[in-house]
Amino acid sequence: MQKSVLKNHAKEGAIWGFIVLELIFFGIAGEYMSMTETAFLAPDNMILLLKQSAPLGIIALGMTIVMINGNIDLSVGATFALCAIVMLDSMTWPILAPLGDWAIPFAWGLALLTGMLMGLINGLIVWKTGVDAFIVTLGAMLGFRGLVFMYNGEQPTFHLNWTMVDIAESAPLGIPLPILVFAVCIAVVWWIMNRTVHGRNAYAIGDNREAAVNAGIKVGPHMVWNYVLIGFLAALSSITFYSESGSVNPNDGMLYELWIITAVVLGGTKLTGGRGSIIATVGGILAIQLMRKGLGFIGADTAMVNLVIGSILIAVLYLDRQLNRKGEEELKI
Amino acid sequence: MSTEQIPALRLENIVKTFPGVRALDGVSFTVMPGEVHALMGENGAGKSTLMKVLGGIHQPNEGQIFIEEQPTVMNSPLDAKAKGVVFIHQELSLADELPVAENVYLGELPRKSFGRVDWSKLHADTDEILKRLNVGFGPKDLVGDLSIANKQMVEIARALTVDAKAVIFDEPTASLTDAEKSVLFEVIEDLKSRGVGIVYISHRMEEIFRISDRVSVLRDGQYRGTLETADTNEDEVTQLMIGRSLDLSRNVQHGELGAVALEVRNLSCGNLYQDISFQVREGEVVGFYGLVGAGRTEIAETLFGLRDPTAGTILLDGKETTIHSPIDAIGAGISLVPEDRKGQGLVLGMNCRDNMTLPQVDDMTAGPFVSDGAEVAIFDQYRDKLEIKTPGWKQLVGNLSGGNQQKIVIGKWLSMHPRVLIVDEPTRGIDVGSKSEIHKLIRELAGQGYAVIVISSEMPEVLHVSDRIIAMFHGRITRTFTSDEVTEDNLVQAISGITPEQGAA
Repeated sequence: MQKSVLKNHAKEGAIWGFIVLELIFFGIAGEYMSMTETAFLAPDNMILLLKQSAPLGIIALGMTIVMINGNIDLSVGATFALCAIVMLDSMTWPILAPLGDWAIPFAWGLALLTGMLMGLINGLIVWKTGVDAFIVTLGAMLGFRGLVFMYNGEQPTFHLNWTMVDIAESAPLGIPLPILVFAVCIAVVWWIMNRTVHGRNAYAIGDNREAAVNAGIKVGPHMVWNYVLIGFLAALSSITFYSESGSVNPNDGMLYELWIITAVVLGGTKLTGGRGSIIATVGGILAIQLMRKGLGFIGADTAMVNLVIGSILIAVLYLDRQLNRKGEEELKI
Repeated sequence: MSTEQIPALRLENIVKTFPGVRALDGVSFTVMPGEVHALMGENGAGKSTLMKVLGGIHQPNEGQIFIEEQPTVMNSPLDAKAKGVVFIHQELSLADELPVAENVYLGELPRKSFGRVDWSKLHADTDEILKRLNVGFGPKDLVGDLSIANKQMVEIARALTVDAKAVIFDEPTASLTDAEKSVLFEVIEDLKSRGVGIVYISHRMEEIFRISDRVSVLRDGQYRGTLETADTNEDEVTQLMIGRSLDLSRNVQHGELGAVALEVRNLSCGNLYQDISFQVREGEVVGFYGLVGAGRTEIAETLFGLRDPTAGTILLDGKETTIHSPIDAIGAGISLVPEDRKGQGLVLGMNCRDNMTLPQVDDMTAGPFVSDGAEVAIFDQYRDKLEIKTPGWKQLVGNLSGGNQQKIVIGKWLSMHPRVLIVDEPTRGIDVGSKSEIHKLIRELAGQGYAVIVISSEMPEVLHVSDRIIAMFHGRITRTFTSDEVTEDNLVQAISGITPEQGAA
């Protein structure tokens, strides 16, 4: 038993070890290969990195829950864009426009409701039809993106409210607001998954669905709640990002789902469910953002970044499989 | 047992029919509080159906379940548990990634406000139950790290969270060591002393006589009687279980045996099986008999290249052969008709002809295209030879009866001209009429000079088709019988590990 406890610790710590390696590598390589004067490890640069990690990171927390539960959500990128449109456009609606700055909380509320509604739709379909979550949310990804395009065609949707921009750019205690939002989300989602009955049941469902059903756990409603949660988090992510920029392109958020799943898997969450950690997902997100930013810092282009991250993902999963092999009596394929 | 006591659990005249089968035919059965009531019967006798009725998975067509003499309807396993009937399953239903405590109270985690888990209550309650069971692990240990025996203890702990009237153990010792068994029996004694009624399902005579108070026997879905364990013996119970099948064993006509086709020397595979040695001659049927988990299927999988052995050698026609994949095995002349026909033997959505020619479709091409004519020719040949009843080669295999499906699988391998044919559970899920046809076919194939290995969990079947029977227990060969010396009794003993004496090969 001792050995496997050690192994588990080693696995959960691995992502942080990887992050340290990245920091060292880019810190040193940045000295020689960077185009700019500033050091990669400069505090400003690190804070910027955290801030840029927040939008993907907030959604990744939701993805971790859904994947622990044994499902997946491919529609988060589209939900992200859709919520941004609702938030920015609603402020120009006749009913909200006269409120001036007081329209901001309503716009945010509408965006959050939109995200939760999209999650509810996903969850209900997965529960009631029994169609695989991968297929349901693949359809939702296309469908929600369709809604985004129906709204404004190929045109970007924008609305600048300087009060909203000020709020989004504020930095209480010197920490940019998106980082604070991310931190609060981490704490709350961690609490849900580790301290509440709902969270523990989500683990049980992902681990052994039949056992959960036989134990009388209401599997369907738990799954729906988790989809509503990820929808909420996608909307919250959208709010923190677009309150500042004030403009959304219909293609925004595309491929987000893939970056997010990559980060969650890098953090050790099992695709088949039952195992995963909120904290390790944060590690996964930071590792990916470091890699993207670091490679950019030393002059690599996007194509190179994608190639490297893709290779690392497969290498990590291969290592994980080697660590988890049952031994030589395993059935060959 | 005083006469005024009311039964913990009583089944009255339970009838359960499935299309074409009367799985349970008027079964009655009573368990008193504080009694260990053993339930015995061959595979297919109706034990598992009876348990599914009791657990609310099936509803009986006729009959009534009583708990403490109150008529009761079981709607689901959960419902049964709430009403005091708890199952300890053979296949464990635990969440490996979760700690013990959360598994014990799965679905019933104690709550505090805001949906929080009451961890201190959860751990205290679990700890109390674990103390009663006297186990060597704690509430916070991960279930995935426990041994099979300890996982079973977690299942038992789960049963103790409710006020159980009756606890049903289904083959609980299938994967336990002797030491672990003793612990289990102590737990059963403890439950007994608390007035819980216990149903104990097992094939192992030794255990039945060690812990049960009474034995009830099912055969072919019918209740065959209840015996006081103290007043009976193994022979009497076996007689009840086997009944009319007793004479089947003498039906083997020995064919001419040829040279040794397959020889296995000291083959081992991790902890699945150890030190396996045997020979199969041309024209001979060798039966492997043992309980589920004894290692029989794993040996077959090794011979067919699905598992690599950790030690030992395989000789074909006296020459040492290494087999690393099914391709090697097929090339060497070994074929496997697998246990799970639908899952491993057939492509259900494909037609009869394509299934039959699947392993050799590479050789049946004209240029880059598959030659229809050659395929149909093969199919016709084996349809006639094996008397496969199908409207035509275009019929989807999924639409055939079990017996005809099995013949397609056998035909598929015969068309590859093997030397050794391994048949794992040849008649599982096949109706009685087709069973004897398959048995006849196996004898005929041996007559034609194939070396045949039959693996079966059904005693009459092994007795019926085999020239020699190899008995296995816990991954080891306990005894090899010729068809003259085998009896139901000594066979049951050999697979239960009672007399691990080495018989003559």
